Amino acid sequence: MAKNSSPGQKKGFMHIPDGFLSNGLNAATFVISAAACAYGVKRVNRNFGEREVPLMGVTAAFIFAAQMINFPVAGGTSGHFLGAVFSSVLLGPWASLIIMTIVLFVQCLGFADGGLTAIGSNIFNMGVIGALGGYGIFIFFFSLFQKTRKGFFTALAIASWFSIVMGASAAAIELAISGTSPFKVALLAMAGTHALIGIGEAIITTAAVSLILKTRPDLVSAYRVRQEDSKKEAIHEKTA
Amino acid sequence: MKRRLNGFVYIGLGFSLLVALLLSPFASTSPNGLEKVAETKGFLEKGKGWIFWRHAPFSDYSLPWVKNEKVSTALSGLIGTLAIFFITIGIGRTIKKR
Repeated sequence: MAKNSSPGQKKGFMHIPDGFLSNGLNAATFVISAAACAYGVKRVNRNFGEREVPLMGVTAAFIFAAQMINFPVAGGTSGHFLGAVFSSVLLGPWASLIIMTIVLFVQCLGFADGGLTAIGSNIFNMGVIGALGGYGIFIFFFSLFQKTRKGFFTALAIASWFSIVMGASAAAIELAISGTSPFKVALLAMAGTHALIGIGEAIITTAAVSLILKTRPDLVSAYRVRQEDSKKEAIHEKTA
Repeated sequence: MKRRLNGFVYIGLGFSLLVALLLSPFASTSPNGLEKVAETKGFLEKGKGWIFWRHAPFSDYSLPWVKNEKVSTALSGLIGTLAIFFITIGIGRTIKKR
């Protein structure tokens, strides 16, 4: 968010604005994102009932609110929570992709944050890479750590960090393909800055998930630790 | 065993609204990651030249008719959080299992 803004005039942004990426690239990421969302809708349709819908609503609301809170990182730069891995471990990666897509559309159309022509790229970076890719990394490390309680939180922190750095790297590649910034320059700058922001993401995600686990372990669908590791085994929720 | 959800949803929504209302006015105004990179690498202007969608009612997370910047940000956050809650529930209802 930038200061001294007048309505209708674009000053600050959090997501990729119009003009950064080429039309061809935006079209390509739009097709990929739309296909992923279509499959995501199918998965949610198959697995979610009346009960899961309000959970999607409150998760999306929290993500939108938390994304407004920019926190300072080094060098006069700020970052904010993304929430892609957070919603993935709560409701599953496909519902998470749908949630990220809704949040990005509302931010774009309602708040002029993120260009409408770049919406496919923003959904690709934060939904496809952030939610689906981040969840893949979570599953990989959670299995690697043999599904212990400690392993769950370590995997969660690692995946949260990667979701930010991978999304930022994808954006850097898109900037390079579009001829906006040379590849090496964009990648080093984007990955470097977001390596710091990713630490914030890991802290907020693990704190929020552990808070929910303390009160309602049944609502964290990805929390399936070995029996001997937890006093009360999580009741598996349906996920999508 | 399926526990009731109402309490969790109301508390979660209430918490989110408080975050939007009370914390958003005090968020860091430093440029964020992408903005800073665009600034230092010299392509920031490319993103400010034009905007395809010109009808965003709360451009830059503010209400055009509220002069006080902090109040404006807080209220836009409150409206956005509530809107996202209901929009997502609406979309969720249409795509859930019948």
